[in-house]
Amino acid sequence: MAKRVVITGIGIISSIGKDLPETFASLLASRSGIGRLHHLNSTHQDEFPFAEVPFGNEKLLSMAGFTDPSNFSRNTLLGIIAAGEAFRHARLEELSKLKTGLISATTVGGMDQCERFYDDFLTNDTKNQYIDVYDCADSTEKIASHMNIRDYMTTISTACSSAANAILLGARMIRLGQLDRVVAGGTEALTSFHVNGFSALKILDKLPCRPFDANRNGITLGEGAAYLVLESEEAAGEGNREFFAELAGYGNACEAYHQTASTPDGKGALLAMERALKVGGLNPPDIDYINAHGTGTDNNDIAEGVAIERLFGDRIPYVSSTKPLTGHMTSAAGSAEAILSILCLNHGMILPNLNFKTPMPELHFKPVTELIRGINVSMVMSNSFGFGGNNTSLIFRKPTN
Amino acid sequence: MEELIEKLKKEVIEQLNLEDISPEDIDTDSPLFGEGLGLDSIDALELIVLLEKNYGLKIEDPKDGKKIFHSIRTMAEYITEHQKA
Amino acid sequence: MEQLINANIRITPFQVSVNGRTEYQAENFITFAEFIKPFFKSLNLGYPKFYKMDSLSKLGFMAAELMLRQIDLTRYDNNRVGVVLSNSSSSLDTDLAHQQSIQDRSQYFPSPSVFVYTLPNIMIGEISIRHRLKGENAMLISERFDSRLLFTYVNNLFREKKVDVCLTGWVELLNEQFDAFLMAVEPSTATFSGETSGALPFSPETMDELYKTT
Repeated sequence: MAKRVVITGIGIISSIGKDLPETFASLLASRSGIGRLHHLNSTHQDEFPFAEVPFGNEKLLSMAGFTDPSNFSRNTLLGIIAAGEAFRHARLEELSKLKTGLISATTVGGMDQCERFYDDFLTNDTKNQYIDVYDCADSTEKIASHMNIRDYMTTISTACSSAANAILLGARMIRLGQLDRVVAGGTEALTSFHVNGFSALKILDKLPCRPFDANRNGITLGEGAAYLVLESEEAAGEGNREFFAELAGYGNACEAYHQTASTPDGKGALLAMERALKVGGLNPPDIDYINAHGTGTDNNDIAEGVAIERLFGDRIPYVSSTKPLTGHMTSAAGSAEAILSILCLNHGMILPNLNFKTPMPELHFKPVTELIRGINVSMVMSNSFGFGGNNTSLIFRKPTN
Repeated sequence: MEELIEKLKKEVIEQLNLEDISPEDIDTDSPLFGEGLGLDSIDALELIVLLEKNYGLKIEDPKDGKKIFHSIRTMAEYITEHQKA
Repeated sequence: MEQLINANIRITPFQVSVNGRTEYQAENFITFAEFIKPFFKSLNLGYPKFYKMDSLSKLGFMAAELMLRQIDLTRYDNNRVGVVLSNSSSSLDTDLAHQQSIQDRSQYFPSPSVFVYTLPNIMIGEISIRHRLKGENAMLISERFDSRLLFTYVNNLFREKKVDVCLTGWVELLNEQFDAFLMAVEPSTATFSGETSGALPFSPETMDELYKTT
């Protein structure tokens, strides 16, 4: 019988809150973080809305506990803040030093600083310390160092499914006995690089995103960081701590269709969700709520919608995308949405799919549009589908201890 | 003095959120309160903040404001007189 | 005793609708400030006091302006027009601006004109000043649009014969999120030369349906 993997700590920073309590308050108020860019200097700042973390890098630096800017990228600062919160939440520093790892997801790495100082790199030597922070692994190393994690660290970079894959890998390593504890999740800061890239693909919506709406017109990019502390059941038993959820299932599948698009018949999404159920020994009726990937693009929402209908048939659970609340946090989306799913389990609620007005003619189901409270939620499926056709589905179960 | 008067008109427009009004619309000697710009008691308090923020002059008693803020010219005269110190 | 919803207005970053008809559809995301100023100017009201209001009051004010083009308030005794509004963020948007102005001891210039808006019911005050309304008014705070809460309060006002017509709804604004949903409620027995053919029964269910679909 495979080891149970449980979640003992949670940390998150995004456009809707600098930590878990602030995030929860925003969710209760259905308060979205989407608005104008205030910190990133982008040519698109007046053209599209974004879900930016409402602090400049100096403020993030002091929130992370540093005074010397040294060579921290925005990515790293967000990651340190969120991973730190999860670490403290799980009280890991008080406990015995079991084998602990950090699996961190990011795609842009230290790009934000490199964009700022590119001209300096070419013309003078005053900003060279930022050249070193360009690669993705730099943020992982700095985050690990902040929590004094030495046994294992790695970086995953699979675009929008990255953080979900970090959680998946962490769970596998715990089940195989390679690690006892894993801080898993992702961090991504907004950069001109990916803002311009998504704009060039013409998939940014000029209005706040409207997942599963017939008139949807694209993504709203967001940023932030989110981490979970995963532990084996034995490791979690130490310290008289409660756990917030169990990772009941996970699945990953490759689309093999297109560089950035999903198969319209939802094959890739279907495979990922089926595998997640299989790993957990579960069936479709066991799922109470799907926190969908739901980006608001023509393509994802039809593919994911069709896959959900194929898998769940007549008994479609509650479905919503929380991207109208947090924006699309790309490499942090998988872990941020895992956290939102866990909050639904713990607090008996279903989060709304904001901005929805007109159902898609191709689908039979409609997403949940208002916060639902006071219901029993025992099993949540969280989907994250990435460019390159990398699809991951995670299933969280309410703790029964 | 003329420079100060022009500057004051711009500052008053900004401090009091007087959209759709340009400095040319404000007559230097006309009463600011009552007719004309139709300013109210909150605006009077904002003018006190303006004097402190932009000219470092503190008005302790709002009642003194009546004389000082009678018109742009009286404001300019008050500033010129008290900034010498 | 029953009431009817005789008119409804909805203003969101996506659209403006009057009695369910979309009067304006957004093409791009614009900030509230960028949205409300041209909207105000397009109505040619000649009311410069608008510019001194905080964002929440501007939103409530504009919803009321649109509403009062649908129903004719001159028919009523001003002392018997009720205004019962609600939201979840209270005056937080302005509270934050006020806090900013007093944050730094070395640059300490609190603005009286910002401070006066650090109460959500000032929005009702502005609407009342503009339209000379002197009836009962209340500002209720709830986590989300709560049709039962509004229904209970407003239905009570009618049963106690405190009002002849009541403007009620949800006016929420914080940073870039805004949502105004305003209804005009009257007894079903009142004669009304407006859009009575489109009138709906005043009930929590109808309010929820309107809120979902407008």
